[in-house]
Amino acid sequence: MYHSKYLIVGSSHAGLSAIESIRIQDMEGSITLLNQEDSLPYSPTILPYVVSGKVDASKVYLLNQNDLDTYRITFKRGAKVVKVDPLSHTVALQSGENFEYEKLLLATGADPAIPPIPGLKNAPFHVLRTIENANQLRQAAQTATSAIILGAGLIGMHAAESLAKAGLRVSIVEALSYVLPGYFDAQAAGLIQKIFSEQGINILTGSAVTQIASSNGACALSLESGLDLSADLLVVATGVKPRVSYISRSKIEVDQGILVNETMRTGANDIWAAGDVAQAKSFFDPTKAVQGTLPTAVEQGRTAGLDMVGDPVLKPYPGGIPMNTYKFFGHRSFSIGLAGDAETCKDLEVDLTFLPSSQQYQKLAYEGNTLVGVSCINSQLDPGIMYQLIKRQIDLTEIKKGFSSAPREMGRLLMSRIWC
Amino acid sequence: MGKGYHTIVRHPEKCDGCRKCLEACADYHTGNSNTVHSRIQLVQDNETGGFELVLCHQCGEPRCAMNCPAAALTKDEETGVVRWDEQKCVGCQLCTLTCPFAGITYNPATDQVMKCDFCGGDPACVKACPRGALEVKIGADLYNSWGDLEDLFVPGMSACLGCNSELLIRHTLRRIGPNTVVATPPGCIAGVGSVGYNGLTCTKVPVFHPLLTNTAAMLAGARRYYNRIGRDVTMLAFAGDGGAADVGFQSLSGAAERGEQMIFICVDNEGYMNTGVQRSSTTPYGAWTSTTPVGSVLRGKTRDAKPMPLLMVMHHCEYVATASLAFMEDYYAKLDKAAKFSKKGMAYIHVFSPCPTGWRFSPSMLIEVSRKAVETNMVPLWEYVNEGARLRFTYPVDNPLPVNAYLSLAGKYRHLSEEQIAHIQDTVNNQMKILKSFAGEAPEIAATEVAARLSVIREASTRPHA
Repeated sequence: MYHSKYLIVGSSHAGLSAIESIRIQDMEGSITLLNQEDSLPYSPTILPYVVSGKVDASKVYLLNQNDLDTYRITFKRGAKVVKVDPLSHTVALQSGENFEYEKLLLATGADPAIPPIPGLKNAPFHVLRTIENANQLRQAAQTATSAIILGAGLIGMHAAESLAKAGLRVSIVEALSYVLPGYFDAQAAGLIQKIFSEQGINILTGSAVTQIASSNGACALSLESGLDLSADLLVVATGVKPRVSYISRSKIEVDQGILVNETMRTGANDIWAAGDVAQAKSFFDPTKAVQGTLPTAVEQGRTAGLDMVGDPVLKPYPGGIPMNTYKFFGHRSFSIGLAGDAETCKDLEVDLTFLPSSQQYQKLAYEGNTLVGVSCINSQLDPGIMYQLIKRQIDLTEIKKGFSSAPREMGRLLMSRIWC
Repeated sequence: MGKGYHTIVRHPEKCDGCRKCLEACADYHTGNSNTVHSRIQLVQDNETGGFELVLCHQCGEPRCAMNCPAAALTKDEETGVVRWDEQKCVGCQLCTLTCPFAGITYNPATDQVMKCDFCGGDPACVKACPRGALEVKIGADLYNSWGDLEDLFVPGMSACLGCNSELLIRHTLRRIGPNTVVATPPGCIAGVGSVGYNGLTCTKVPVFHPLLTNTAAMLAGARRYYNRIGRDVTMLAFAGDGGAADVGFQSLSGAAERGEQMIFICVDNEGYMNTGVQRSSTTPYGAWTSTTPVGSVLRGKTRDAKPMPLLMVMHHCEYVATASLAFMEDYYAKLDKAAKFSKKGMAYIHVFSPCPTGWRFSPSMLIEVSRKAVETNMVPLWEYVNEGARLRFTYPVDNPLPVNAYLSLAGKYRHLSEEQIAHIQDTVNNQMKILKSFAGEAPEIAATEVAARLSVIREASTRPHA
């Protein structure tokens, strides 16, 4: 039986951030890192760029063997966890191997969520969650002439752009009424949709799929509206669900993801969870949610690592703030906090700049005198500074007028005075 | 691990917003001085008119790198620079979302992110600034080189939280090196564990525990023995102000007069701190101690401190210096000279050592208290070399802060009346006059006769007080 002081299950951002924090304090304690895939550690966020060919699949790894040696990490590939036993402090792999731990981090990420559409199970569809998925999709795109993307989230939108650039006729089918609904409101999403349409991508929003039929590798979709669509490539990008199937009957509580407290501890002793698999505190409301973004994985992984190693700089996790950056067809956008649909913004004070002719959109949402949401397309604002103003709940009372008229300069001024 | 690095620091008072640094940066990186390409940006504060710098901090735990899905951002362990690899970058912009300082920004002209790369070690912005507002700080170099010296004190000691002594002992022994015999008479330094217990010592060099009265005499004897057998070994004393200026003064004075070869460090915490905070002859005027209490009549010490470093100058010591560990670079330079001059005779260093426990301030404030004492001229930093009789300020303070900027930091001065503060300010001013005359900086009292100088000292230290 392998024994390690720190056992990290999952080798993407949450797991690696935890290791970075552990190694600052403890250079000696043994660390074992498990990756269920047969590859070096990589980030799922890179996959759309593998599909588009922006980056070669062999060059996406976050660490190489030399790095792993430097940090004294024992790394196991193809190590799929099938059971965690908190009582005996052991983890069992599909291969039959067992690993004993003193402290365990579950950072197993998420799997694609496949919607229960009749016929989908038997259709030859693609997902985009692993390197293997990305390679398959890239390869399939070389022979296909048309594609349908199910789901207009970030992965779906990225995939659509890559496939369109590869010369395919692309349609996006989204059940909700506009694209990227978590990140943008209808107006901003409309601008994005317009840009996609101009690039020849067919976007069908508010379109539920009732039936999928397939023959000879091609798929035919029937929509609720009565419309029929067909293509020789189908990509399902309707979200992800935390990978928790290996957890059974234990003190590790699972809701949508693994429930964790403010330092990423699960209900079981000496077990932490972080990243896409964890359901942690939200920033804006008291509920716990699975956030599923890269920056969240990094912060949660770091928090878990600091707690695992007992570092006194540990601060409770402030709660997840939904945020992301998104670049499409040469346009740059980002969204942080309460910036999505009209419902979440209805009681907020909003500063809006919308210049359709120059494809610019900038929305700042305030609750009282603090910033709570920013969403932008082709804006010069610094996303990182806006995020800090939101996260630190900086009181803008004294400077709000100046801030509204020059948020970029005032934001930079505020943050450059803080040196940590 | 634990390495320090170069950094660009800015002196905001010197910056007039001319933006030459931006142009130099853009030009260095693209051959085009259009500031859209600049990695360094300035932003003006409309209220004060001043400028703030927007620049990569080269963070220790860089969030940009931790959040990069393409491993295009990495911290260079050798230089500390967070490097951006254009070949690996996929343009996702997550770095711009997770950097709190806009240290990595999007450049619309190139459709790429850009950040400071330190220009390979010699930043163009620093060279371009006509007002010296930007500087490459080399403090980390010193830290690295000192870090490589052997720590001759075992891990752990029983000093109070925030004590100056650990910093002092470790750094002094690192610099003076292993070919040393240490004497630690009764006092805090012995008390924190330097002499050890049960036959074991906490220093990795020979250490002994003389009486409070005979430290200099015993070291003189040891040195003479080593001289006789032909070995050149450094003699080093860590004595408190009691062991140097009070009880130990006769043996120190004698050894100094005889020119005994040693480094004698007075660790001046301005009283008998390890026996219950009693006053000593170096306790300053007005300070509370358990024997100079504060009540309806008494308001702390009624006498001025003995000007111990100047008394050692009067002994014709080969070398005399004052030090404060808020100025470590200065202290290291003085240790080097003390080591050199101790081959010839007495080298005396008077180290100002604030005591959180006895002076009543928070342990976290040690360095701040040590710094403010210097910036108010309460503790001027200087050195005296007997050869040529030269006194030189090593950290001249041109515009000293009022003494209250220092006094207000320590509880032992909390009760001071305005008259008492005024007296302390006068004493500081007089002391500076004397020192400046020694340094040849004050023509109005340029009288060179030692007797005349001594009378000024005497007058300053014996003036009666209310």
